[in-house]
Amino acid sequence: MDIVVLVKQVPDTESLVQIAADGLSIKKDDIKWVMNPYDELAVEEALRIKEAKGGTVTILSVGGQKAQETIRTALAMGADKGLLINDPAAEGGDALATAKILAAALKNQPFDLIIAGQRAVDEDNYQVGAAVAELLGVPHVSLVVKAELLDGKIRCHRIVEGGTVVVEAPLPALFTTQRGLNDPRYASLPGIMKAKKKPLEVKTLAELGIDPGAVGAAGRKVVLKALRLPPQRKAVRMITGDTPETMAAELVRALHDEAKLI
Amino acid sequence: MAQGVIAITEQRDGKFRKVSYEVVSEGRRIADGLACQLTAVVLGSGVDGLAAEIKKFGPDKIVALDDPALADYRTDAYTNAMAALIKAADPAVIIVGASVQGKDLSARLAARLDAGLAMDCTAVALQNGVLTCTRPMFGGKVFADVQIQGSPQIVVVRPNVMAIAETSKEGVVEKPAPQLGEIKTVVVEKLMDTGSKIELTEADVIVSGGRGTGGNFKPIEELAAALGGAVGASRSAVDEGWRKHADQVGQTGKVVSPGLYIACGISGAIQHLAGMSTSKMIVAINKDPEAPIFSKADFGLTGDIFQLLPAITEAVKKLKS
Repeated sequence: MDIVVLVKQVPDTESLVQIAADGLSIKKDDIKWVMNPYDELAVEEALRIKEAKGGTVTILSVGGQKAQETIRTALAMGADKGLLINDPAAEGGDALATAKILAAALKNQPFDLIIAGQRAVDEDNYQVGAAVAELLGVPHVSLVVKAELLDGKIRCHRIVEGGTVVVEAPLPALFTTQRGLNDPRYASLPGIMKAKKKPLEVKTLAELGIDPGAVGAAGRKVVLKALRLPPQRKAVRMITGDTPETMAAELVRALHDEAKLI
Repeated sequence: MAQGVIAITEQRDGKFRKVSYEVVSEGRRIADGLACQLTAVVLGSGVDGLAAEIKKFGPDKIVALDDPALADYRTDAYTNAMAALIKAADPAVIIVGASVQGKDLSARLAARLDAGLAMDCTAVALQNGVLTCTRPMFGGKVFADVQIQGSPQIVVVRPNVMAIAETSKEGVVEKPAPQLGEIKTVVVEKLMDTGSKIELTEADVIVSGGRGTGGNFKPIEELAAALGGAVGASRSAVDEGWRKHADQVGQTGKVVSPGLYIACGISGAIQHLAGMSTSKMIVAINKDPEAPIFSKADFGLTGDIFQLLPAITEAVKKLKS
């Protein structure tokens, strides 16, 4: 079973996000960069499948030089090899542009299964997994909390509002992860040492035969006009009182009379 | 030239999801602004009655794609049917709800159509014929204003945000045969929660608990029941195993926009605040007066949630009786 995992390096979710002077990007200096949390689930699931069925796990990412750290983390967890598409012309793309790069890289790469995070927690596009599957002409299932490999197909439990739906898709296929799928392992020290020697290839767009004008910032269909901070709320009104009952009464009165919410 | 607006509705087991009314209402506003027609699409099996039900939100035309193969949502079947319809109609704008189904379908459709997509928008503005969509990123820590080049422009709107508006228009219903193409996936089983649990992303009221509950969610459930709302949880409460993943609100959980969000025993980690900051009214209850949650709240109460919550539940019941 040859498995490819799509990963992205993103700011840690505990990071404070600040807007840079250009008004179109975020300040990158003080940010701690980590593997997208949903991609950790994807790496873990790939490793579990490999441990049960054999095969290889390849980590694929689009990003700058720094994104190698994230691929190394996945290699330290136990993946076999990495491929990073690093090209200035690949930067600043929207979700579909990034999916085109990933799909082009996968055209030369044998795979039975692709696993991706349901979304990256930076731009929250929820698009790349589905778009890669579409561009490769394979089925996909999103928001998976349980995946079982059967003969030539995969059975996925996917979370929908108010329940779970079980879907089967023939291989090759792609699925995206949802929390609850597994608990990702931490890289062990021997794993980290071994990862340093594992192959990590870096390719440019030209090597993938991609027209740089079709991807990256130049290929954006979703044009960013401005980034801004969410509107500020008015200062909090603290409700005080001698007893819980008087505080409760005042809150309920305010929500009913002033906010007209209950 | 691309013209017109298509609103893709969503039904499950013969009932519209609320976001359907939101996308058709918002689609009507966009179509009026662009002075063009609005088409609402209903997909499913045996959806005749539903097509008539969506009329009151003002589409000029309702297209019912009715086929047993569309009974349950499957990405490939729905994408094939919608892509064929869209290619024939050549719309300028497609509006979809950012539900589980809508996010999945729109993402695959955008790739099929090579179209730009703005995901999970909380506002859509139209000026001189140009749409500007506002979408939270980084789980709501930053808002981005985006414009989509080319056509169709796929606008995916966050549930519970767009206003529902009825009009007196009498749309016509069409029932073309859906073009289903090749369908590779199969829905084997549906395991739905029993009872009348309210979905977090659609709830008007959410009462959430965090570490401060110590794992006792009973007073939270009771207040939620009194308010007719849903129960949410912080990441730490989920990590402790006190609540299911499906209940988690935050940057790595669900992003919610209820009318009223009551955070109980939640300190207000950045990643939690990100998931609930677009709530219309926020009430924070915490024993620590310095908790960061108070900086994002409209009303704050300092004290013991196990004393305050039962008192609030009683006060709500008294008001409602």
